[in-house]
Amino acid sequence: MGNLLEYMGIERDRLHFSWVSSAEASKFITVVKEVTASVKALGPAKKFVKDRRQVS
Amino acid sequence: MIGYIDKIREVSRKLLTEEKVDMVIGYRKGSLPMMTEPCFVKRPEDVDTLVWDSNCRINLAAYLMDRKEKIGIIAKGCDSRNIINHLVENKIKREQLVIIGAPCKGMIDKKTVTQQFGQEIDEYQETEDQITVKGGGVEKTFQKVDVLQENCAICNHRNPVEYDELVGDLVEEQVDVDRYEDIRRIEAMDIDEKWNFFEDILSTCIRCYACRNACPLCYCPTCFVDESKPQWVGKGNDPADTRTFHFLRAFHCAGRCTDCGACERACPMDIPVRLFTKKLGKDCLELYGWEAGLNPDQRPPLDTFKPDDPEVGIK
Repeated sequence: MGNLLEYMGIERDRLHFSWVSSAEASKFITVVKEVTASVKALGPAKKFVKDRRQVS
Repeated sequence: MIGYIDKIREVSRKLLTEEKVDMVIGYRKGSLPMMTEPCFVKRPEDVDTLVWDSNCRINLAAYLMDRKEKIGIIAKGCDSRNIINHLVENKIKREQLVIIGAPCKGMIDKKTVTQQFGQEIDEYQETEDQITVKGGGVEKTFQKVDVLQENCAICNHRNPVEYDELVGDLVEEQVDVDRYEDIRRIEAMDIDEKWNFFEDILSTCIRCYACRNACPLCYCPTCFVDESKPQWVGKGNDPADTRTFHFLRAFHCAGRCTDCGACERACPMDIPVRLFTKKLGKDCLELYGWEAGLNPDQRPPLDTFKPDDPEVGIK
């Protein structure tokens, strides 16, 4: 799915998958940090956004 | 390939007379030259309405879903793979089917011929390697290989994968075809180029859903685009909604698409819809070594788990 998104022009780092068990608190923290860092680096998503005037 | 018709009629007549099947799904002449339409033949005396030529593009597997009768069906390579898909997905039982295999050398693309001819086509004839079209006092002959549908030109499963009867000798499979040249070209673009490339391609989409309706895989009773509770995707032709539709439809076909070309043929706006499904075909081949519809006993990659599955993008 990430491959297809990238193929269509959505940055790969906007989609993250991970397996985290409820016992893996530290892994959860690492994953969340990674996700937020890579999404922040990309900046706001301008694609797949509808113009508000058209929606309402 | 054009000589199949006698055998097709003979086999169909036999099956219907001996009541081995309740109907035969095949092609009959369409109302325009270079067009055939699917037909259900239920009586032995009607088998002469069946035809076979290089315009039998339609994927007949699309007419099999949830049928209760016993059915004889004419199957080219791609149709047979879609039939296997249906068997895997329990849309029909093998015992219900008599598959009449038709080894195929590729169907011709009507749009290409019409474009190159430049006139309205009134008459059409074909021989083994050539087609001749007439119209407006002009006559032109094409080599079949020059006007094949794009998916047929790069096809590597021309022979039916599974069949009970065969209406002609098996043909030579194409080897060394580069199936994914166009996909690699898109993959090499940078991210905004890709986005704009598809934005441009999809800009003409009128959301008629002809691609979905023609597709033998798209058999959900209610498609996600038609649902209103919840409404997954907007129903207008806002670029974001159009993109969502094409993206998700393609993804629903991941590991199932046989590249039969039904979606692209059905598109009234000539959008190359196969660019999406082909990408997924390429991924499935590269990640799982999987090609859809080759083995009725094998589960598709997306509904099985193996410990050694490649974990693409999973942290």
